[in-house]
Amino acid sequence: MPRPLPPGTDPVVAALVAHGRRAARARRAASAGLSRRQFLLGAAGTAGTAALLAACGTGGGTPGAGGTSGGGGGAGDALRWANWTLYLDQDDAGGYPTLQAFTEQSGIEVEYSEDVDDNDTFYGKVQGQLANGQDIGYDLVTLTDWMAARWIRMGYAQTLDREAMPNTANILPGLADVDFDPGRTHSLTWQSGFGGLAWDTEKVPGGMATVSDLWNPEYRGRIEVLSEMRDTIGLIMAEQGVDIAGPDWGDAEFGAALEVLREQIANGQIRQVRGNSYAQDLVSGDAVAVIGWSGDVTALNFENDGRFGFAIPESGGTLWSDNLLVPTPSSRVEDAQTLIDHYYDPVVAAQVAAYVNYITPVQGAQEAMADVDPSLVEEQLIFPDEATLSQVKVFRTLTPEEEERYNRDFLDVIGA
Amino acid sequence: MSLLTGLGAGGAVTAAPTRRPPSRAYWWLLLPGLVYLALFFVVPVGALLGTSLYVPVPGGDVGQYQPAFAVGNYADALAQFWPQLVRSFVFAFLATVVTLVVGYPVAYAIAVRARGRPVLQGLLLVLVVAPFFTSFILRTIAWRQILADDGFVVASLQWLHLLPEGARLTATPFAVVCGLAYNFLPFMILPIYASLERLDPRLVEAGADLYASPMTTFRTVTFPLSLPGVVGGTLLVFIPASGDYVNSSLLGNNTNTAMIGQVVDARFFRLLDYPTAASLSVVLMLAILLLVAAYVRRAGTEELL
Repeated sequence: MPRPLPPGTDPVVAALVAHGRRAARARRAASAGLSRRQFLLGAAGTAGTAALLAACGTGGGTPGAGGTSGGGGGAGDALRWANWTLYLDQDDAGGYPTLQAFTEQSGIEVEYSEDVDDNDTFYGKVQGQLANGQDIGYDLVTLTDWMAARWIRMGYAQTLDREAMPNTANILPGLADVDFDPGRTHSLTWQSGFGGLAWDTEKVPGGMATVSDLWNPEYRGRIEVLSEMRDTIGLIMAEQGVDIAGPDWGDAEFGAALEVLREQIANGQIRQVRGNSYAQDLVSGDAVAVIGWSGDVTALNFENDGRFGFAIPESGGTLWSDNLLVPTPSSRVEDAQTLIDHYYDPVVAAQVAAYVNYITPVQGAQEAMADVDPSLVEEQLIFPDEATLSQVKVFRTLTPEEEERYNRDFLDVIGA
Repeated sequence: MSLLTGLGAGGAVTAAPTRRPPSRAYWWLLLPGLVYLALFFVVPVGALLGTSLYVPVPGGDVGQYQPAFAVGNYADALAQFWPQLVRSFVFAFLATVVTLVVGYPVAYAIAVRARGRPVLQGLLLVLVVAPFFTSFILRTIAWRQILADDGFVVASLQWLHLLPEGARLTATPFAVVCGLAYNFLPFMILPIYASLERLDPRLVEAGADLYASPMTTFRTVTFPLSLPGVVGGTLLVFIPASGDYVNSSLLGNNTNTAMIGQVVDARFFRLLDYPTAASLSVVLMLAILLLVAAYVRRAGTEELL
């Protein structure tokens, strides 16, 4: 999931926040239940910062998954998977039930790590080895669309054998074919989410329906937008009537959207352009409305008694996905495929979705959810229906030249 | 060999004829330090200098560069980012002044006033360094909450009419400078404490005996004797503060608080523009070196240090 931090803070903050959340969760082992919702309910009322401060004394280290099942080889034989924080179902003991089940069924040990803090930072860490064809320390990585596109374009992702993964036929039709990976031969979706509008229902009782609502002078200095270019610019472009998924837009449309952002930063309407940490500002009251991500708002609401609203703007929102890829230097592509196949089993997908609260890419998971958590079957942020999906679009893949130039212009506007 | 002899003699040329030649043990004792410096200082700085001159591979993908000698990288980087560079030094300077004003009395109280009460001194020193027991990033994030618009600080200041209605503290240059000052304060207090702790109280008494007012005694006796600590403290605050990017990105905004560290980070991780990031790092390094050299020279404290 795209969880970049503000330009400037990425690696360390992300690691600490991830560590803090993990440790805080471990600390709350007493509260029953498997799902993040239940965990968050247990943690309700705890200020985020307080939890982080309290948690920071505990030891770090990545919890090894699947370690409970007997037999198997040593750690050196494990399949190494790098994923984002809070992106896999976890139990009170810190284990990952669906991963343990996988190890029991297949005999494949998995070394699971939450090592992806940020697409750019992760790429910066492994790029050197990838370019030289050396092992990067992972056999499976989870990366957002545009970063996955870069890996595939540069030949850093192995070809996957779809025949060996029969469950992957369950992939949602909308995700089965993407412009950066025609036919899904190098990547498969892990989870997806929406970029849209989020607001504090106490301070913005009327809610937000369009991106322009953010520019209401009443909220001057209390608006924040994402430092993820594709979500912020994507929403503004959509409001300007651009089909962000289509090939027909270019510099002029991007520039027009960027101009809106520039103006709203210059006139003080936008307080800060932030990464995932906009969530803290919504809670502290520094921000009353933001451009944010669906899963975050769901999680925040369970910590704050449903204080926040989320909507896809009338002119359209963004849909992003994170994808599973096998790095070229890995020798474990067969085992990785077995694991991907496991997670495309609808029952397993439902278990994961009940915990992470993002959109599952697996057809049939909705039916399976009835047994896992019936209250989530109709949840639009996990199982969006056609009407919801018609409101969102995937930001089109940029050429390397565009990506570099647009990123540069975007950074100039946000002052870094 | 001549370097070692020079160092060993401390510049006392007249003593040289009577000195024994330095033993080989010097070399062996120096070896770990030299190897460490070569590996972790000389090589990276060399790589940094090299990278700063790279050019993009023609037709290459994002983040692909090839060796070249593009000195123009420096001109481009400076032309675009000089405001952030200047701002970094201004913020670092302000933070240094704040830490000095806040830190000196604290160091004085611990070293002089609490003298003879080791338990109290120890306790106070522990309190000074206590913030280091938690991560500095978490403490900075905590400041975001403390200074938040709905927080008690803003509410109290508005009640006292010290802050106009609708004004804010976070996402301002004020918050960034305060964050820097807060985070680096112990680096100011500890060296000054170390200097004052050695202060001979009889010198202060002598000042009083000679009819100097307490203020004059402080100005002519105490403060000059604490100068090594003041110089050390200001350097320890100013240098890391000018390269800091955590405070400006967590407590700052997007118009007038970006510091050079933030720019370097964004170029490196977000744009994969390694040459610009490297040239800005080199510029920062040289600028700090020049400023510090000028400062130490002006303070006339080579002997004091």
